[in-house]
Amino acid sequence: MSFKNILGDWAHYRRGREEGGFHNYEHKWGMAVDLNKCIGCNACSIACYAENNLAVVGPERFAKHQAMHWMRIERYWDEPDLEGEIPASQYQEQGASFLPMMCQNCMSATCEPVCPVAATYHTPDGLNAQVYNRCIGSRYCSNNCPYRLRYFNFWSYYESSWPAPLHMQLNPDLTVRDKGVMEKCTFCVQRIRVAKDKAKMEDRKVIDGEFNTACQQTCPTGAIVFGDLMNPESQVSKMWATHQVELGKTEQTKQNPQMRGYRVFEDLNTDPKVLYLERVREV
Amino acid sequence: MQTKDINEQIKWAQINKDVLTSLENPRMAYWVAVGICVAMIACAVVAEVYQYQMGIGVAALDWPQMWGLYIGTFIFWIGMSHSGTLLSAILHIVHADWRKPIYRFAEAMTTFSLMTAGLFPLIHLGRIWNLYWVLPYASDRGVWPNFRSPLAWDCFAIFTYLTSSALFLYIGMIPDLAICRDNAKGWRKKLYTVLSLGWAGTDRQWRHFRKTYLLMACFLIPLAVSVHSIVSSDFAMSIMPGWHVTTFPPYFVAGALYSGCAAIITLFIILRYFFRFEEYMTIPILEKTCKLTFVIAMAWSYLNLIEFSSVWYGHNEVDKELLLNKFTGAYSPYFWAMLFFGSVLPFTLAFEKLRRHLPTMFVVSLLLNVGMWLERWMIVSPTLSLSYEPFAWSVQWPSIVQWAIVFGSFGWFGLLFLVFVKVFPSVSMYEVKEMVYHRRRANVESKAHEFGRRSSDPQAATGLPGT
Repeated sequence: MSFKNILGDWAHYRRGREEGGFHNYEHKWGMAVDLNKCIGCNACSIACYAENNLAVVGPERFAKHQAMHWMRIERYWDEPDLEGEIPASQYQEQGASFLPMMCQNCMSATCEPVCPVAATYHTPDGLNAQVYNRCIGSRYCSNNCPYRLRYFNFWSYYESSWPAPLHMQLNPDLTVRDKGVMEKCTFCVQRIRVAKDKAKMEDRKVIDGEFNTACQQTCPTGAIVFGDLMNPESQVSKMWATHQVELGKTEQTKQNPQMRGYRVFEDLNTDPKVLYLERVREV
Repeated sequence: MQTKDINEQIKWAQINKDVLTSLENPRMAYWVAVGICVAMIACAVVAEVYQYQMGIGVAALDWPQMWGLYIGTFIFWIGMSHSGTLLSAILHIVHADWRKPIYRFAEAMTTFSLMTAGLFPLIHLGRIWNLYWVLPYASDRGVWPNFRSPLAWDCFAIFTYLTSSALFLYIGMIPDLAICRDNAKGWRKKLYTVLSLGWAGTDRQWRHFRKTYLLMACFLIPLAVSVHSIVSSDFAMSIMPGWHVTTFPPYFVAGALYSGCAAIITLFIILRYFFRFEEYMTIPILEKTCKLTFVIAMAWSYLNLIEFSSVWYGHNEVDKELLLNKFTGAYSPYFWAMLFFGSVLPFTLAFEKLRRHLPTMFVVSLLLNVGMWLERWMIVSPTLSLSYEPFAWSVQWPSIVQWAIVFGSFGWFGLLFLVFVKVFPSVSMYEVKEMVYHRRRANVESKAHEFGRRSSDPQAATGLPGT
């Protein structure tokens, strides 16, 4: 957001928004999560804690909803039927369904326009970035996120979360956030940077699968796939191409019987970049 | 029964004397009130220092209840500030002269409630020390605030409104400050000499004064409407259910005028009682204020109905569920209390007997403001507790720190107001004189009409020395 956009090229800016973005994206990092494979083991969440220096807040503050899990496994239970029995209880997972939720890195993110100091903005990579140094902690972004995927540092956690010598385990590639700052999943932007720098030095494009996010790396069943949506050959692009159900159409153009991709709250037009493949159960 | 707005036989010197007496020798009750206010501020300061040291966590805000009483009370104080402009600017332009004895303190209320409201966004910030980043100052790194954000608009709107309403208050006071200057001694003499800007009451000065005052009034009206519309866009511009409502700007403005008018009634009764302003703050004027409040209350109730029915007919599941939850869920006692205080209680203002009974009006006006404060809280919190994401449904109650700061804000407002009434005349002397003059003249003219002869020189007929 700059004066140039407002004054000079407003028409182009508006049109760009409708087409899903202002920039000519070099990359558009996206994700696909196959819920058929998710077993709700929370390993991705733990990996995220280790990779991104997430504060461990302790049981009391966790109970007060002040946890900092950028990657969280949401658990929903099947509704009981009229007789009060849980119909899905015959299945292995006792009627629970899991939904791993991380920042959806929306292409028209609702958190971006509301930040008074522009601490959250869209990068040319199509990432929804959060600048910790710039954040003043007005918390409007979190209030305007329909996914509630932004977490606030209500306290200063450095000493309580990593008492010596635990501070030695902190990831040096990114900062530790102090109190009063909003934070959220970045799609492991530090790993993206390393891969992009390496590719630039070797004068080539980033190869699909050259790097991965911490959650993807840790998932024991390979439910999480991460990659570049601008590269049609990447695994994630292929999954989007085969599985994504387009909203607002009575007939789908893709004739794929296995098409089960949806995006969370897609009808809000936030254009999220995480595709979930619906869980299919045998009845 | 008193039917006239003001005693038309009152002498000029009497008006000066009555108002100037209110500036002198504070009684014991005044110092007690100041002491209470300072104690309340002390509570808030202790809470704020603690919060500054520890982080926002001590306010028992959590995920997803990121905003709480702070923002609710912020809207409440911004709302309070609207009635001063209504009384002084809008009623000035439509020539409703009954506003004249009571507009001064209403305008002071505007300025002070804005000064109180402005504190809340600072208090609620996670990193208050970086507050100035919201201001569009020139930085060598070319970093600007985000002009798309309603919070940045808030910042501009509130600063503009605060500056203009303070100026308006001051400009309207200049002739009175000159009267004070002529009667004061000691430090007051020095203060009023500087502030009255050499006012001598010449024709030229009056002409310029009238023009400036009218100009400021015209400037202030759109500003007052815009400021609360912008505050409402903090919510209306978001996509959350219960916030994303197109009727929010008029709804907020109506609510603002409502709580402001109720506060005027409260302060009216307090000032009338303690400063013995029975001659100026008369029962008929109180009645007119009450009628105005009643109309605004009905407009507010109507806008509430619009909001409910548009949710109902909109068939948006999330909005609907939130509305039902407001009526039946965890916040329902407060929501029903808001509806009762905001829409049912104002019917007491419709009865003449109750309107003329000061103790009843005092209690009612306080309760109306309780209702309006609840309204602001009911805008902020239920949406945060029940929005799109089912995983984040939770109810959170404010902690003692939040309550202490909200409590202290009333002390801060009270202290500012207490200082004001002892330093500046809280009844506009020159405008009361104008009002008396015009009433007297109208009287004489109507009498002359009765006797079938026209008074060629109304000045002579009233026997007044002129302004």
